Amino acid sequence: MSATTLFEKIWRAHEVVAETADTPAILYIDLHLTHEVTSPQAYSMLRERGLPVRRTDRTLATMDHSTPTDADQLFGRIPIKLESAAKQVTQLEKNCAEFGVELFAVGSPNRGIVHVIGPELGATQPGKTIVCGDSHTSTHGAFGALAFGIGTTEVGHVLATQCLLQRKPKTLAVNVEGELPAGVTAKDLVLAIIRQLGVSGGTGSVIEYRGSTIRALSMDERMTVCNMSIEAGARAGLIAPDETTFAYLKDRPRAPQGADWDAAVARWRALVTDDGAVFDREIHIDATTLSPMITYGTHPGMSVAIDESIPSDGDAVYHKALAYMGLTPGQSMLGHPVQYVFLGSCTNGRLSDLEAAASLLEGRTVAPGVQFLVVPGSDAIKRAAEAKGLDRIFKAAGADWREAGCSMCLGMNGDLVSKGATCVSTSNRNFEGRQGVGSRTLLASPATAVAAAVTGRVTDARHLV
Amino acid sequence: MDPIRTIRSRTVVIPSTNIDTDQLMPARFLTTTTREGLGQHLFADWRYDASGQPVADFPLNQPEAQGCQILVAGRNIGCGSSREHAPWGLYDYGFRAVISNEIADIFRNNSLKNGLVPVVVDDATHAWLLAHPGAEITVDLEARTLTLPDGASVPFPIESFARYCLLNGVDETGYLLSKIPAIEAYEARVGA
Repeated sequence: MSATTLFEKIWRAHEVVAETADTPAILYIDLHLTHEVTSPQAYSMLRERGLPVRRTDRTLATMDHSTPTDADQLFGRIPIKLESAAKQVTQLEKNCAEFGVELFAVGSPNRGIVHVIGPELGATQPGKTIVCGDSHTSTHGAFGALAFGIGTTEVGHVLATQCLLQRKPKTLAVNVEGELPAGVTAKDLVLAIIRQLGVSGGTGSVIEYRGSTIRALSMDERMTVCNMSIEAGARAGLIAPDETTFAYLKDRPRAPQGADWDAAVARWRALVTDDGAVFDREIHIDATTLSPMITYGTHPGMSVAIDESIPSDGDAVYHKALAYMGLTPGQSMLGHPVQYVFLGSCTNGRLSDLEAAASLLEGRTVAPGVQFLVVPGSDAIKRAAEAKGLDRIFKAAGADWREAGCSMCLGMNGDLVSKGATCVSTSNRNFEGRQGVGSRTLLASPATAVAAAVTGRVTDARHLV
Repeated sequence: MDPIRTIRSRTVVIPSTNIDTDQLMPARFLTTTTREGLGQHLFADWRYDASGQPVADFPLNQPEAQGCQILVAGRNIGCGSSREHAPWGLYDYGFRAVISNEIADIFRNNSLKNGLVPVVVDDATHAWLLAHPGAEITVDLEARTLTLPDGASVPFPIESFARYCLLNGVDETGYLLSKIPAIEAYEARVGA
């Protein structure tokens, strides 16, 4: 057989029916993750047609997007303020009970952001096809799984048939070589990749991240990179599994155990792109030249190195974005006033992100006039962080330590940035109004977020005194 | 789903590039548990000011935009979130086709499943359409062409099976359900 890419291997192994000129492939889905926002209409479709969920053993549900991060509301001591959000949570409970789908509801020790809990449980595994009604499903590609976001109609397809109709995407290799300089994180790397590719550079493609820089990343860091593949337009981003992957998954509750584990690892070792396999397109990045990155505009491709000035001129879109953001062409981002800081999300809400932030924050205090919201990616991460005393560091500094959820990444649950205010956010999107009507988002790493929180301004964390 | 063959309409032009699905349907409207009624929230933060009044110069608020079924947008419309609420909102508002020179993957897929035809045209045609709001054009799904006011015909690509489904009002869920024997055979073969 000719040399093939990792993507091609996973794709072929899941073809129920191969594509033809007239019909797309029928692709089998190993794991379907669901949440409260994009599933209600899919369950309605099942009800209208009298269909069951075909494979409840391949379906998991959690609630994350519209759940409050305020403990009193989350645990029912006071009502959820947003009535529509409360209704959606109740609807998910009802749907899961009726259709027999396993649900990590409020109070479950396994609840959290859907893209955080899949890996945490060991349900996310190399070689699997994984979908979810959420574009950041690309996160799971960090394990060498083919994982991508789908719409609600497709959620219905998978619930009913465990399959999707798909045209085979193109392949795009992002080769990153060299050691990341001190103070430059996986978040900075992926922002630099998106800047180079552009926000539609990956459209129609599955990215495979390759090279020595990628191999040296931890699983948390690989998830940060794969998470933002969609911000370059790619539905999926893959990293071939290796010892780092296997060490992360070993003994996780839903990972194979005992003899099954050894057999699984033997299978997973074959999940690499063969030497000589051809990608439809390749780009190359030298990691040694990268700096901490921060966005200045209204999409994730509009970023600069933190000590670089923003472009002095651009097209109409550039000027519209700058007017929205309250920035001046050619200005430096350093020193720009910040009123909110958000640490969390499926991009940077994992334990290592909280640890990195806490180690920088320890002994410092949040600047006057700054609201610093810290939201763990899952209940398990919250417990682990508290066991390490990280919550005490955040609280002592004046940050707001919350319950797990998507929170201020998209503000569906009422955690909002006020109109006209600027937020340094470790999340993934800086679209107009993403964090609340009129909100201004600057995407950056956890370190840059902490530096902004303690100074009240955009600050280079490498020079924090 | 009703079959679609041709859509003849004047266009509304929103020329911004990278119109993400957060603009098409802001997150605060995603707490709905049905598909209906989202048209009123389409482009909510561009269409209405803080007091809920229509923004005077926004294209959808112009008298001539009323009743238009074709939206012409800048490059890469539909990027970002996978929320199907975006095409639901466009359809509920009355749009039946979205034209650009690039359309984001998930949004394009979601549109095809909801009777909203995503039309990707070449840069020159796109530039002409952006410069001529209100042009009366025809999207012919059968012929896979766009007909401009001067009669010029421009081809556009569309995935063949999705086109078949739109032309015949076939629903993809029903098609997939008809393949259950093949799915069962696959599961038996791989031990899934």
